[in-house]
Amino acid sequence: MSELLLRFDNVSKSFGSGTYAVHAARSVSFSLDSGRALAIVGESGSGKTTCARMAMLEYLPSAGKVLFKGEPTEGRRGRDLAAYRRAVQMIFQDPFASLNPVHTIAYHLKRTLSLHRPDVTAKDLDAEVEKQLATVKLDPALVAPKYPHELSGGQRQRVNIARALSAQPQVLVADEPTSMLDVSVRLGVLNLLNEMKTTRNLGMLYITHDIATARYVAEDIAVMYSGQIVEWGDCGSVIDNPQHPYTRLLLSAVPDPERRFSDASSRLDPKEADAVRRAAAMDGRKVLTVGERHFALASVG
Amino acid sequence: MSDSLLSVKDLTIDYIGAEKNFRAVDQVSFDVAPGEVFGLAGESGCGKSTVAFAVSRLHIPPALIRKGSEIRLAGRDVLALDNKALRDFRWREVAMVFQSAMNSLNPVLRIEDQFHDVLATHNRCSRKEARERTAEMLKLVDIKPERMRDYPHQFSGGMRQRIVIAICMALNPKLVIMDEPTTALDVVVQREILQRIDELRRQMGFSVLFITHDLGLMVQFCDRIGVMLSGKLVEQGRSDEIFRRPQHDYTRKLWASFPSLKGGLLG
Repeated sequence: MSELLLRFDNVSKSFGSGTYAVHAARSVSFSLDSGRALAIVGESGSGKTTCARMAMLEYLPSAGKVLFKGEPTEGRRGRDLAAYRRAVQMIFQDPFASLNPVHTIAYHLKRTLSLHRPDVTAKDLDAEVEKQLATVKLDPALVAPKYPHELSGGQRQRVNIARALSAQPQVLVADEPTSMLDVSVRLGVLNLLNEMKTTRNLGMLYITHDIATARYVAEDIAVMYSGQIVEWGDCGSVIDNPQHPYTRLLLSAVPDPERRFSDASSRLDPKEADAVRRAAAMDGRKVLTVGERHFALASVG
Repeated sequence: MSDSLLSVKDLTIDYIGAEKNFRAVDQVSFDVAPGEVFGLAGESGCGKSTVAFAVSRLHIPPALIRKGSEIRLAGRDVLALDNKALRDFRWREVAMVFQSAMNSLNPVLRIEDQFHDVLATHNRCSRKEARERTAEMLKLVDIKPERMRDYPHQFSGGMRQRIVIAICMALNPKLVIMDEPTTALDVVVQREILQRIDELRRQMGFSVLFITHDLGLMVQFCDRIGVMLSGKLVEQGRSDEIFRRPQHDYTRKLWASFPSLKGGLLG
């Protein structure tokens, strides 16, 4: 049932060259299976969005390979590229910037349908738009004729999800899909993503800085720092039994109502935190196997 | 309560519209004791930032504070202050840190000049005195004093935010208002900054009015919390009580919208 969809094989990406080079991704490897979500968690600048963009073929890796169902993705053109774009769809962070303000919601969906769904004929377009909006729990009659500015952030993000899903993708890349939404609507969007993942057997690459949300939507997790995945594996195992010092630091800093600042035991030592981050930025040399589905980079020193 | 530093009573604020007024804050009352961290929680649009603006008298039309509202800081009637009194009141009594505060630093001025601006305006400090105070304040937020000669772009986002906090505290205000001060920062940096503020308020004794939508963070940092829903303060209490025994339905719903690190939801 579960099928290997997307695979990163020692992928690196640098921007610029020489002393000014930024190594945004360093030897990143992971695989994404259908019906499962992999969360890439990290702070800003850790390289998680660079990975998402490489999965979308927006950036070409400087080294290593991105494979889709075992086939290399580099050099895809024309029909091959279009087929890939259909199979791998993206949901963007900013629901306000990712819809064209001069077009109606119906137009956005029709455009995706006419580009990626040759099976939908012109006379079925309207019916299909309705169907797609209904799957994301929006009222088609109400939403389809509207312009983006007439919708709330949560509604817009649902439209984005409908747009991505209407191409009938196999992989969904979601880059911080809820970080710009209000707390009360976040959960609804997360639940929708979870439901779509299961019912449509999608592989989901979920990019986030919020490790608690990652646990809510993803089966697997990869913690990134400074372009490297420092720890990865089964979500529960990584969060409950973290091995890499940076994962531990990240977990200790997550807002947790159980640990008040006034308790001395829950204090975080900034000097120690700096040391951990410095060590985590160095090249990881060895991979430790913690469990069957849980690995960590050996910390330096 | 006579021993409170900030006392807000029946605060009602309308945004005046051409056809209809919008009641952003409705009969809100709370007190903040000296040295206490009081949190205002709620979704966007619930009025929490409007309260913060009113307390520092930074609200501008179409926001209108209705008659019968009362804001007192250290016994003074904040709503009755004239322009000259306001100049003394802001920064010296109440300082504010905003969400994008790190972008409020002037990009073409050195850090020491930005400190000097505040210190000279409110305290008539000389260059030399300002420089001494700058060094002292930067040390408090763990930034090397030598770096006061640098420009804002030479610092990271977290450092810039710490600099803004240092400028805020340069005049020893009695109350610091923080409106989502760390939302744009990474969790580790957020933690470092808030922990530092927690230490500083214990040393220096200022109070904090803290605004965020992140309830978990609020419980960690605040002594007491008020929960706002469409302009009304629906519940207030000690943070552990808001967490363990929320009384109002809305508070329970808010908790139930946060995923927990341990799996499932917080509520």
